[in-house]
Amino acid sequence: MSDLPKPEESLSKLDHEPPRTGWMDAPVDIRKGMYCYSANPKSLNYTGFPHAREWNPIEDDWKLPENWQEILHRGFRERLDRFRSVKVFMDICVRCGACADKCHFFIGTGDPKNMPVLRAELLRSVYRNDFTLMGKILGKLNGGRPMTENVLKEWWYYLFQCSECRRCSVFCPYGIDTAEITIFGRELLNLLGLNIDWIATPVANCYRTGNHLGIQPHAFKDMLDFFVEDIEEVVGVKVEPEYNKKGADILFITPSGDVFADPGTYTAMGYMLLFHYLKERYGFDITWSTYASEGGNFGFFTSHETMKRLNSKMYAEAKRLGVKWILGGECGHMWRVIHQYMDTMNGPTDFMETPVNPITGTVFENAKSTKMVHIMEFLADLIKHDKLELNPRRNDHLKVTFHDSCNPARGMGLLDEPRYVINNVCNNFYEMPANTIREQTFCCGSGSGLNAGEDMELRLMGSLPRANAVKYVHEKHGVNMLSCVCAIDRAALPTMTEYWTPEVDVTGVCELVANALVIPGEHDRPTDLRGEDLPGWAEPEREETDAE
Amino acid sequence: MRLEGLLEKHKRVIVNKWFDAVVHTYPADTARFLKSQKDPFANPVGRTTFKGLDGAYDQLCGEMETEMLAASLDPIIRIRAIQDFTPTQAAGFVFLLKNIIRETVGDQLREKEGLEELMALDARVDTVGLLAFDIFMRCREKVYQLKANETRNRVFSAFHRAGLVADTPEDGPETNKTIE
Repeated sequence: MSDLPKPEESLSKLDHEPPRTGWMDAPVDIRKGMYCYSANPKSLNYTGFPHAREWNPIEDDWKLPENWQEILHRGFRERLDRFRSVKVFMDICVRCGACADKCHFFIGTGDPKNMPVLRAELLRSVYRNDFTLMGKILGKLNGGRPMTENVLKEWWYYLFQCSECRRCSVFCPYGIDTAEITIFGRELLNLLGLNIDWIATPVANCYRTGNHLGIQPHAFKDMLDFFVEDIEEVVGVKVEPEYNKKGADILFITPSGDVFADPGTYTAMGYMLLFHYLKERYGFDITWSTYASEGGNFGFFTSHETMKRLNSKMYAEAKRLGVKWILGGECGHMWRVIHQYMDTMNGPTDFMETPVNPITGTVFENAKSTKMVHIMEFLADLIKHDKLELNPRRNDHLKVTFHDSCNPARGMGLLDEPRYVINNVCNNFYEMPANTIREQTFCCGSGSGLNAGEDMELRLMGSLPRANAVKYVHEKHGVNMLSCVCAIDRAALPTMTEYWTPEVDVTGVCELVANALVIPGEHDRPTDLRGEDLPGWAEPEREETDAE
Repeated sequence: MRLEGLLEKHKRVIVNKWFDAVVHTYPADTARFLKSQKDPFANPVGRTTFKGLDGAYDQLCGEMETEMLAASLDPIIRIRAIQDFTPTQAAGFVFLLKNIIRETVGDQLREKEGLEELMALDARVDTVGLLAFDIFMRCREKVYQLKANETRNRVFSAFHRAGLVADTPEDGPETNKTIE
């Protein structure tokens, strides 16, 4: 009980403002619930990261290599030379504060060091001190400070309290992308073996077996085969997905979260039903891969090289199978990597064709370099050309809103396609307030590898602005379903809603599509893909039973 | 003037002071933001806190209905229960109200009746404080439950999908069936 404050201390803490210490001098206080466990050394070794070791963030000794300052300084220098963006972002911020209150982690935690400007300043202060003449002469007067162990711990703590969502960058008059600063900072931390396990182990797994959980190809296929059985039970139709089919027209890649975690699994069943429908109606030829079994790319949260390595696996598989183009499922950062980085890392892709929708003839010019089309673009195109038989009444028990996932929304401008699709498969759609959607969407609070269990408080605080908007549409319109197009959202948002708005459930958009899709040869479908009764659909059957 | 009338007359001042005091349990830069940004979607902590305090004050001065009080306090405490506060700081903001009321209307109270009325009000504030603590505990329990559920679901799902979980047959134990 010795850590309890004395009664008089409790009351005085209640009455008074926290001490006003300059941010540079306030020592970092690493709090439980706010950080993720350190990386398993085995995982770091597997992908060749240096200084893999057991260490604990809340212990004083982080077992740093002896010359850690030199390693960091050299790493900083190399990246300033390599990435002009980093140099520019270090130099041009005028600290206007436009970004300060735009971060969901600042809004939720109330911790000023989560203001994007201040989070970046943690790095800029060292940059000024070590790499600018004025900083070297004026030191602290010029906002510079030397790299110490406390500063390093502060970097680690706050760089893993940023989900790289880029909301702050929307408001920066200079166009500084603070996510890039986090990416750069995390890359530096990796030089010292300071990653978190929720990122390092999925990266190693993905590199080895092709997906975050380390599921091997046969188990991946088994999982999809279970879905075939579930679909047959609900719809009365046996779908026959193709696996690793050489010469297929299209390769389908989606995050493995859709295959292994609820409610993403229903989204995966949605894809399977859609492909079955298209095959029956139009001879659509698409294959899953049990090797490129992960769209997600946690390398993106690690280093540019790791991101490139993981991204290349998808393209290697496309080449091996000889497909014409790749269709990508509902994923977040997979799309950010494809849209913003892939082309200069592993592209331009010269062994596939500019994607053409074989059913409508639409040429996806926007994807002519990456050869990868988002399933929402593909679906919107099919619906626009009236190629899907849909019965949106089957979703009438739902009042749906849409969470723009940060990466597809801000990272690639996918704003209208999901809405167009939802409005065609649902009759009750309600938008959240304007400053919480589209380009200004709030992060789920668990992006960029932060959706672990041990940092639950951080995740819940980060999700508060999103949850607050969900609560508003729930109270105003009775919204009971939050749709999204990202697997991390589907994994993280159910926990968020359970804490903040328990009346609202979470779904992928393709689940809504599949529930509305009229499948040739289907039997009566009194339930949705989750096996839950559809109000109004089961009743006639029950009446008949009663009459008997 | 009787305390009841004074509390009603000075409601705006008292609630604003209470809000100010709660907001200043946050760092100075944050407190400035929580006070100045009026958009509830840009500043959910500040606006939720204000709305909740306003509602709780009405109940404290009126019917003291537990459900209504909880509806006002829950959103504030739900936020503070996961922020960087001790339990005292997360739930104890209720008690700040005692001093604020004394500072604002204390000198306008008649000596004897005033003291009695203040004591009665203090008892009400204490009741609200205890309710706040119950809500705080409920929120913390929820956080632990969410952590446990995520872990359980992850492990259970993996076992289930690997075919390692044998579901209970609907038609009774295997031993009761005739082997064909």
